[in-house]
This record gives sequence, C-alpha cells and structure tokens, in this order.
Amino acid sequence: MVRPIGALVGLGFVFVLLFSLITGAVNFIKEPPAPTVEHEFHLHPKKLDLASNGPLGKFDRQQLQRGFQVYKEVCAACHSLHYVSFRDLQAIGFSEAEVKAIAKQWAIEVPSVNPDTGEAATRKAEAADKFPLPYANDVAARAANNNAIPPDLSLMAKARHDGAAYVYSLLTGYQDQPAELLKHFPDAKTGAGLHYNPYFANLNLAMPAPLVADGQVTYADGTTASVDQMAKDVSAFLVWTAEPKLENRHATGVAVVIFLLIATTLAFLAYRNIWAGTKH
Amino acid sequence: MSFPWANHYAPKHPAMQWIDERLPLPRLVYNAVGAGYPVPRNLNYFWNFGVLAGAALAIQIITGIVLAMHYAANGDIAFASVEHIMRDVNSGWMLRYAHANGASFFFIVVYLHIFRGLFYGSYKAPREMVWLLGLVIFLLMMATAFMGYVLPWGQMSFWGAKVITGLFGAIPFVGEPIQTWLLGGFAPDNAALNRFFSLHYLLPFVIAGVVILHIWALHIPGSSNPTGIEVKGPQDTVPFHPYYTAKDGFGLGVFLIIFAIMLFFAPNYLGHPDNYIAANPLSTPAHIVPEWYFWPFYAILRAFTVDFILPAKLWGVIAMFASILLLFFLPWLDKSPVRSGNYRPTFKMFFWILVIDVLILGYCGGAPAEEPYVMISQLAAAYYFAHFLIILPIISRIERPLPLPGSITEAVLAKHGETAGEAQPVAAE
Amino acid sequence: MATLEQIQPTDAPEGEGDGVRRRDFINVAAVSFAGVGAVAVALPLINQMNPSADVLALASIEVDVSKIAEGQSIKTIFRKQPLFIRHLTGKEIAEANAVPVDSLRDPQTLAERTKEGKEQWLITMGVCTHLGCVPLGAGEGEVKGEFGGYFCPCHGSHYDTAARIRKGPAPKNLEVPEYAFKSDTVVQIG
Repeated sequence: MVRPIGALVGLGFVFVLLFSLITGAVNFIKEPPAPTVEHEFHLHPKKLDLASNGPLGKFDRQQLQRGFQVYKEVCAACHSLHYVSFRDLQAIGFSEAEVKAIAKQWAIEVPSVNPDTGEAATRKAEAADKFPLPYANDVAARAANNNAIPPDLSLMAKARHDGAAYVYSLLTGYQDQPAELLKHFPDAKTGAGLHYNPYFANLNLAMPAPLVADGQVTYADGTTASVDQMAKDVSAFLVWTAEPKLENRHATGVAVVIFLLIATTLAFLAYRNIWAGTKH
Repeated sequence: MSFPWANHYAPKHPAMQWIDERLPLPRLVYNAVGAGYPVPRNLNYFWNFGVLAGAALAIQIITGIVLAMHYAANGDIAFASVEHIMRDVNSGWMLRYAHANGASFFFIVVYLHIFRGLFYGSYKAPREMVWLLGLVIFLLMMATAFMGYVLPWGQMSFWGAKVITGLFGAIPFVGEPIQTWLLGGFAPDNAALNRFFSLHYLLPFVIAGVVILHIWALHIPGSSNPTGIEVKGPQDTVPFHPYYTAKDGFGLGVFLIIFAIMLFFAPNYLGHPDNYIAANPLSTPAHIVPEWYFWPFYAILRAFTVDFILPAKLWGVIAMFASILLLFFLPWLDKSPVRSGNYRPTFKMFFWILVIDVLILGYCGGAPAEEPYVMISQLAAAYYFAHFLIILPIISRIERPLPLPGSITEAVLAKHGETAGEAQPVAAE
Repeated sequence: MATLEQIQPTDAPEGEGDGVRRRDFINVAAVSFAGVGAVAVALPLINQMNPSADVLALASIEVDVSKIAEGQSIKTIFRKQPLFIRHLTGKEIAEANAVPVDSLRDPQTLAERTKEGKEQWLITMGVCTHLGCVPLGAGEGEVKGEFGGYFCPCHGSHYDTAARIRKGPAPKNLEVPEYAFKSDTVVQIG
C-alpha cells in the first residue's frame, strides 16, 4: 500500500510544482521583471588591503589609533560604539593612563544619578565604561538625523558583507547621481536630505559624506590625513572593534592546526599499524 | 552480542571484576563500541560519519553548557550578552565560534551519514529501525538548530523565528492560534526567546537519548557494509576495538582539522552578516535566509507559487514537511533486495542525480526569491519528490542488479586479487 | 590468504618481529597526543569560569571621603561587596591603641591597619570574617557592639574601633583592602 499511495502523493507534488513552474514561466515571459535601479547601479565594495586580512593577519596598531582618532573626531558625534569599552583601547596600544584620560575627556558623558537628589544626571566616563551613547534613545536619534537612526558601529565590519571594505567604499563613494541613472530611472532621483552613494544597498542614504577634506583630522604620528587614508584607518579600526580577539584567534588557530596535523598523522600511522595484515 | 564469535568481556583487574559484577557498565561499553562488537572488515571511510556525528554532538553539548553560563535569555540583553561572551569572557570567542560552527559541522557530517545510508541501502531490512531513529534524530537536530539560531537575537534570529513560526500560520483554521501559542505573543519577544532557550538546552539531551537507541538498534543486526551482504562468519568481521576505534580516531583527526580551520580562520563564513545587527522588529532584512543546512527545505517551501485548490503557502509548508516525512517510508518504497548501490547500476545513476538535485535545491534556497532560482527550484523539488515516491519504487522492480559476491571476505580478496595482490601495499580504501 | 589472521582484542593486536616495538610506540604516541589534546581543550573550558574582563575592570574604585565627618562612616560597594570607610575620633583611636596587641585573637595594631599620617581613616571590607554577613556599626544609629566598632548580628562577633575581632566566633579582623590616598580627600581602593 505504501508504494501506490506514495506514487499518488509524488505525482500530486510534481503536478503542482510543474503547474507553478509553467505559470511562473508564462508570467515571466508576459511581464519580464523590470530591472531595478539597485540592480543596475549598486556596486560591490572596493578592494581594501588591511594588515588584519588573511588567515595570519595582525592589526597595525598605529593605524588602529589613527582610526580611533577619526572615529572620535568625526563619527562619534552621531554613531555609538556601544559594545566596546574604553578599557579595551589598551589593546590597540594606549597606556592605562592614556585610556583614563581618553575616557575622562570624552565629549559624551555617561548617564548616572545625582547622589544628593536622585535626579538623572551625567558623569565623566571611566575606563571601565562602554562608549556612551550619543543619543538618549532611538526617538532622539531619529529626530536629530532626518528620521534615520545612525547605526552602532561596534560590529559594522561583521554586519555587512565584506564589512571593512564596505565601510571604506561607502566613506569614499559619495558622488553625484550618474546621468545614465537619471535617464533610465527618472523616478530614482535622490530625494531631499538623502545622498547618492552606489555602495549603499538602496543607493541613497541619509548620512552626508562625513570625510570631506584632506586634513580633516590631524594625525599625531604625522601620517597625511587624506580622505582615502582616513577612510582606510577608520575601517581598520572598525575591524578591531568588531573582532577584538582576531590576533588571538589567528595565533591559537595556527597552534591548534599544527597540533592536529601531528596528532592526525600519528592516528593515521596507528590505524595502518593496527590494520597491517588485515585485508579490507 | 549478535554474533556467536564475538569476544567476551573478561575483566582481568579485580576492581573491574568487582564493578562488572555489580554494574555491568564496562561490559556494556565493551560490547557496544569495544572489542566485543564484531564489525564487517570492509567498511570504507563513509562509515566514519556516525562516530563523527557523535563527536559533533559532544562538541555542541559541551560548548553549549559553557555558553549557557554566560548567555542571558532576555530580549533586552541577549544580543549584548553574546557580545559579552565574544569580548570579555575568557576564551569566550572560541567557545561561541566553536558552537556556531559546530552546528554547521554537525549537519555536514549528518548529511554525509544520511547519504551514505541512502547509497548503501542501510535503511533496508533488518535495519529499518536504525533508519527511522536516525530520522528522528535529524528532526530533533533541525528543531534544536532553529531555536539555537534565534538565541543571539540578531536580525536573522528574529526574522527567522518570525518566518518559521509563520509557517504554522498556513494551517487552516488553527494556524494563527498555533503561531501565537508557539511564540507566546504576536511576534517573537521575551516569551519566545525564553522558551526557545529552555528547549534548546533540553533537546540535545533528548538527541543523545535517541542516539543511544539508534546504536542499540544498530547492534541487533550489526553494521551494514559497502557490499550490502550480511556477515556470514568470523572471517568477515573484525572487533570494533582496536580496528575501527583506530580508523575513527584518524577520521576524527581529519574532521577536527577542517573544523579548526573554519573556527579559527573563517568563523563567520557560514553565518549571515545580518545576525550581527541586533534584532529590530521595525526593519526586515532585505533577504531573509535560514542557515545553509535548511536551504534545500527552504527552496522546496518557496517553490510553490501558485494557489491550486490549496493556497500556495500551505502547499509549500506541506511539501517541506513531506520532503522529510517521506524518508520515513523509504524502507518500504525501495523494495529491491540488493542493498548496496555498487551492485545497482540504475539506482546508482539516479542516486547521483539526487545528490546533484539536493545541491541545486540548496543553492536555490540560499539565493534570493527571484528568477531563475524559483523555476530551477521548482524543477529540482519536482525531481526530489519523483525520485523517492516514483522513481525508486519503479527501479526496485525493474532493475537487474549486478552479481553479488559470495561473502564479504570474498569481495575483499577479489579486490586485492585484481590489484597486484600481496606486493601492493594495502590501500586505505 | 583465504583465512584471516588471529585477532587479539588488545591495544597491540598483531605483528611479529622487529616492527613490534616501533608500532607499539606509534600507537602509544597517538593515544598520548589525544590525551594532551583533551587536556588542552579542557583548559579554556575551565578558565571561562574565571572572572571575565569586565568584572576585573571594576576592581578599582575611587572614593571622595571629604564629606565624612569625624565619628561617621559610610558604606560603599567594592567588588560587589560592602566596604566601610570610617572617620575615627581621637577617642576611638586612643581606645584602639590602648589595647595590648598580644591579647588579641588576630594581633594587629591600628597603625598596621591604616596608612601613615591617615590613622583617622579606617577602611575595611564590610564582610564578617566568620561567615560573611555584613556587620552593623557603619550606618547611622546602628549597634556598634561591646567594643564600639562593629557588631555582626548573625552570630555575635564584636569588632573594636580598629575593626579587630574581640569577641564572638569570627577568626580574623575585618579585612583591609589594598588602597592608597590619591590626595587628602580621594582614596583609590583596589
């Protein structure tokens, strides 16, 4: 009984699927899907070479510090970094005292309670604090930014395909809308308060170009702060904020794989030993 | 156990004797996975995957218990608690990446184990129960993996939970109450997160229990083998230990190397970037996809695009569940007395078509729901059902199998006789 | 070769002659490597239960003591445990110094338990050394015990004005954490 019933059920599914297929194909021929402006004009991120790339990559701490400076002076006013703590900065080469000073001088304060009145207050950040949020809540973030919430940047390098290159491309990718685009998609004109950027998923984002001029920040190590350099540095910094244990991971991985290769070779030899003389 | 020539447990050390007389646990282990279990001598490397699946389950349970010490199942802090594990907990990043990638590796190994069973006819009498229990394990794994993916409370977690529980909404009349009941609300929130965590912690132990039944059922007839012929005498078998413990040890080493490479050098390769964005009920990701191991089933779900008597959505849900449930009937759909695909030329050809078909379904399931992927997945899904429900039963009737060797030992000796015999080093397989 | 060799259910199953030792060695080495690997895996699994980086980061605090009047004390929190900061009066200091050190269960002088030149600042953990209750005596109007310091209500341990155990079951004086005066009014603890 199983087989006749099974065959009927199978024929049923096959029939419905083929019916779906034919209907879909007819529709496809009748009304081929119109190409979308995103499909035509969205670009994949540019290539970005960072010291942390690749299976043995390590961070370039000078670059991370420069990237942190860009974050601090350019991004931090709107974008939070809320999964990262000030104390973590010691990992990119700041001393304990420097970290304390950075925390203390941070422009945004940490919410706290007035010890005398119990009213909401703010206090200076400490090394153990996470980077404070620039806006009290989402409503405030929306209100201040043309109805678009600036996303947290802690994990940005992992939250997009090819994240670091994406950040770099986005920061250096602002441009005028191509005439070609407007010719084929006249409805896709970038709206008021939006900015055209082919690296952004839907091509128009609310954030105006944040890096606009060479020398926008002054690097302590003397590196020339071109827009391209600043974009690279902040992307490198965001790789670190997203994956602070990357170097640890690579180093552990090398040791583990070497150990396993030796152990597996031995296991193979032991296997051959035990089976020696037993045909199989 | 099953064969009269199996080694008998005879503890030499008085302490072991003392234990054995009071609780014969060492004897049980000896007979189950020790020298007391005779196994066909001709198993190839595809027979490693059962043990590897057990190893993957162990990795998941151990890392999972440890992660639960740091994870907080609360919608407000679940995402942050995962980041806490990644940044602040000692070795937390390693444990979490091991757990996340471990799930993928568990499925890789289990899929290979299933396809091994399909090719060599391991589901046939007298091993039907082994096959059925294996399918139960597979279903439990899918439930566990789905709920585990919700726990980090990223965008894919949230929307995955919403979409998958939404499938139940397709059931006529009772669908919506069931969906609300599953979630404990109208959208995934704290209630859903907490129950998913609770069940995600429970189910692996249920899996472990069913694994024991699976192995028990296997030990009644004993392991199958690449020829599909039953064991005829002591010359056909070797004791599990040390022969297959050594071989499985080597297999485990290879498995761990590949696992370590993924874990340490590409830990996010199999994941989705959107799950590093905290759950946001107000914004749907552009392209919701489940984890890769669900892609073939997801493709079947999406392949039904036209209302035909029933709504398309309901067809998709029925077909997706049917695509797994039909495997429970496989021992009675394929009645060919020959087990191994090596001696079934027609079956073998269709088997490989099935493998390619499932890979295509997988690819389409991970692709966006647009043409040509939808049409391809419709064809591929049609083949999937046709393969199991129509083609296999027909083949098993009309196919003329190749002549079978007289015994396992004969097959082994023939293999070595064909190659230059004694002078040749014994090839691994 | 139609029959199989004898199979012995031991770790070194077969092989005669010169190869035996080398083969045994490889089997032993393989098992040993597996053992080493298991231990190496166990380490992170054990270590993950140690305090995480964010917990350790809270391990030092700064307290402004300028508002604590003589004779008063405050309770604050250090490493998730209560901490007492007490501004001793001259009388209390004199009482503490009057006690013969040898007669104490846990012999320590007040000077040893405070910083030089800052003997009026008694900084101790608020954790009874008996079973960890919070002693009374730091809060306004709380019982200070028979010796004018702290009194633990759980099992009746009395501490004196140098927070030394004087009576009751507690074995040790209240613990003095590591601390340093960063200025006349700010103490860094931990």
